[in-house]
Amino acid sequence: MGSLLRGEEMCLAQLFLQSGSAYDCISELGELGLVEFRDLNPNVNAFQRKHVSEIKKCEEMERILGYLLREIKKANISVPERDMNPVAPSPKSILTIMEQLQRLEVELGEVTRNKEKLQKNLLELTEYTHMLRITRNFVQRSAEREPLHVQYEEFPFLEKDTRMDYSSMQRLGAKLGFISGLIQRAKIEAFERMLWRVCKGYTILSYAEVEEYLEDPDTGEPTKSVVFLISYWGDQIGQKVKKICDCYHCHLYPYPSSNNERNDVVEGLRTRIQDLYTVLHRTEDYLRQVLIRASESVYTWMVQVKKMKAIYYILNLCSFDVTNKCLIAEVWCPVNDIPELRRALEDGSRKSGATVPSFVNRIPTTDTPPTLIRTNKFTSGFQNIVDAYGVCSYREINPAPFTLITFPFLFAVMFGDLGHGVLMTLFAALMVLHENNRKLKNTRNEIWNTFFEGRYIILMMGLFSIYTGLIYNDCFSKSLNIFGSGWSVKAMFDANVWKDSDVTANTYLTLDPNTSRVFHGPYPLGIDPIWNLASNRLTFLNSFKMKMSVILGIIHMTFGVILSSYNHIYFRKKYNLYLVFLPQLLFLMCLFGYLVFMIVYKWLVFSVTDSSFAPSILIHFINMFLMQRDAGDARGAPRPLYPGQTGLQVFLVVIAVLSVPVLLLGKPVYLNWFKNGSRRHVGMYRGYERVRRNSDEDLILLRNHDEEEGSSHSDFSSSGENVSEEFNFADELLHQAIHTIEFCLGCISNTASYLRLWALSLAHAQLSEVLWAMVMRVGLRMDTRLGVLFLVPVFGVFAVLTVSILLIMEGLSAFLHALRLHWVEFQNKFYGGTGVKFCPFAFSLLPSSLEHDGLL
Amino acid sequence: MPSLLFCGPKMAACGMVISIWGVIMLAMLGIFFSAKSAVLIEDVPFTEEDIRNDPNPPQKIYSLYNQVGINCFIAAGIYVVVGAVSLCQVRLNKRQEYMVT
Repeated sequence: MGSLLRGEEMCLAQLFLQSGSAYDCISELGELGLVEFRDLNPNVNAFQRKHVSEIKKCEEMERILGYLLREIKKANISVPERDMNPVAPSPKSILTIMEQLQRLEVELGEVTRNKEKLQKNLLELTEYTHMLRITRNFVQRSAEREPLHVQYEEFPFLEKDTRMDYSSMQRLGAKLGFISGLIQRAKIEAFERMLWRVCKGYTILSYAEVEEYLEDPDTGEPTKSVVFLISYWGDQIGQKVKKICDCYHCHLYPYPSSNNERNDVVEGLRTRIQDLYTVLHRTEDYLRQVLIRASESVYTWMVQVKKMKAIYYILNLCSFDVTNKCLIAEVWCPVNDIPELRRALEDGSRKSGATVPSFVNRIPTTDTPPTLIRTNKFTSGFQNIVDAYGVCSYREINPAPFTLITFPFLFAVMFGDLGHGVLMTLFAALMVLHENNRKLKNTRNEIWNTFFEGRYIILMMGLFSIYTGLIYNDCFSKSLNIFGSGWSVKAMFDANVWKDSDVTANTYLTLDPNTSRVFHGPYPLGIDPIWNLASNRLTFLNSFKMKMSVILGIIHMTFGVILSSYNHIYFRKKYNLYLVFLPQLLFLMCLFGYLVFMIVYKWLVFSVTDSSFAPSILIHFINMFLMQRDAGDARGAPRPLYPGQTGLQVFLVVIAVLSVPVLLLGKPVYLNWFKNGSRRHVGMYRGYERVRRNSDEDLILLRNHDEEEGSSHSDFSSSGENVSEEFNFADELLHQAIHTIEFCLGCISNTASYLRLWALSLAHAQLSEVLWAMVMRVGLRMDTRLGVLFLVPVFGVFAVLTVSILLIMEGLSAFLHALRLHWVEFQNKFYGGTGVKFCPFAFSLLPSSLEHDGLL
Repeated sequence: MPSLLFCGPKMAACGMVISIWGVIMLAMLGIFFSAKSAVLIEDVPFTEEDIRNDPNPPQKIYSLYNQVGINCFIAAGIYVVVGAVSLCQVRLNKRQEYMVT
């Protein structure tokens, strides 16, 4: 049976891995992604496992690689994105990689530190240059007083501090001192005020702003600084001023004593700055080279480290067998893949040069295997939306292959518009055609990824919407007249029913299909386009769409009930067929199948001539339950749809009512009687296939390991008794009662739930019509000369609103409701959905921690 | 020469899509209006007098239909121009992206 319908058959297998070749074998298995490993040491915590030290080493290497990647990204070097897939390295070559990484880390750290120091130096020298330049202006301002200061040379000056000068400003004493430096612009005013308060006017502060932005060494941001020059006299004042400067984090520089000294210092600074620039450039170049060299192999190393870590993690899951001196691993493996598994183990053994090969053994088990369903790029989207509700139980019918068609169809019934369907199809077709484009596949945008993963779903939905758009005859809310309408207005005039005066006197006139040649016959495909012009369009369409929804719903639910019978047959529970499936089907068909029959009968049998006397199906359906006798026209009771209707309806109601207690009590009573019977060995199959044992040797080999695995013992029947629970009648009865109530009441509520097909299609049609009437019509009705220029932006607005409201909002809404109809109304007739998904050990499926940080 | 690029890649792509859609849809609307389709009667700017006081019915309505049809064609033509501009923007964006990396 195809894997898509039921899922693959799985088995539990034991791998016996020789210690020498275990690493290589697991590496092979990781490349193939065949099997899922089980944890054989669940009681051991992460720190006590065997290979903890290797995993720690791997994590250390990952840390260094992360640091390298961050530096590379900061320097804007691109990492070559080749599709390389290096194999996991052997434990010996890991040492070389580790060494290289550590060396790189140390080198990188050193170079970065040097660079920072150089930059700090450069900043200081630049600031000093600015300061000298700007304070020169302070000095020049008082240049005219230059000749004056000569006479003050005889005044003693403070010799101890070389930062003081004896030129310029003069006041009382000549013990002038100068302090100069830079301060951040934001702090200059507070600084000035503080100086004034503390020194009580014995200092003079002049300052000027530096024009260019200087980089702040701590934060690296460009800041504005101010150069200041403080002249003071007195030693005490000098100390206070210095303390205040420290407080405000000023950068202080020595103030040159004379102009000559100043010029010398400026020259010296200039040469030093030049040198520093050269050295800095060289350092940056060297750093860049180191990073480029690292970037070539960083991707390979990352993949190798990731694979190694995964292999050691798996090795931790295995248990060591002392007698055979090999590692034992337990895996879930699809039965069809066992030969490939054997081949992988042989390859691994050969690669590691082991003399004794590793081998694999199937073992029987009572645990339920995980579910594996193989999908391709088309079916994977639909399988995902089924799995979102619940993964299939092992080997039950998978709703996904049916969902391939029913889901887009139900979506289209709710969305049905030809124009919107075309737009949706084009959008999906674009995505499908460019599906191999790397950039589209690997974007980080979550919403786009969701749409991209579902591109085949959207394509199907679009195609089906085109079909239902043709049926509803709705294209951007206008009908297309492809085949010629079946109604003729002229015939009303020809038959003299209408005259010209009628036309001018009345707003609305009714076309009477009973008049000859007014109605030629039904439109070949879909709804007649004349309904677009009719004022009672909704009355007609509502009746049509409601009945259509009920019919589709009952068909969908019946299909679900029939699918459950396949499950009953497969799991060999024949009693379910007669005691659960049959009553359910009878209940559903006798009541709701009969409703569908009545609808179709009324459509076919009643024609235009007697449509005004046609009985209401709703009244008949209600009367069926009330068992109203049909008394003809005497008490105004409705006339029958067909002769013998009353008798048939009574019969159907009786069958439906009788099937309820059968559904309620049948299965518990049968199982109770069966379990109490003496036959113990018949048909004690559980809900999964028993694994067949291959040979007796395996059996002997496996006996030793039986206890750990909890696998069944030799006797067929005794195993059944050990593992299955005791049959509890009360439990089973309660379970079945809940199921009965759920099914019977659910039939009615689910049928009504399918009316959302009508509701959403009505909403979509009305929204579409309103958008056209309020937006497009305004543009089209412009009849002034410039009206055409108004049409262009109006169409743009119409397009944007169509996409945002009608495609995205209505599309998501119809998607959601179609999904709900599948998950609840369809799947609760047959689906278990309590399985576990099969997660094979594969390197390609492992996420890397660095990808999480967005570094890759 | 100042750069002719004035919108980003996404805006240019949107412009392309709306232009192509506009050209196709407005051209088809123009054809349907010229074919005097009855379904589009509400979109034609007629008034009561047009119907009552028409000496030669339904020529007035027909001429209005034609007028709206021609409007649609002209709008389609304008969208061709808009589409061409968007195409240029898309090309310029691609070239700029090529040069930066």
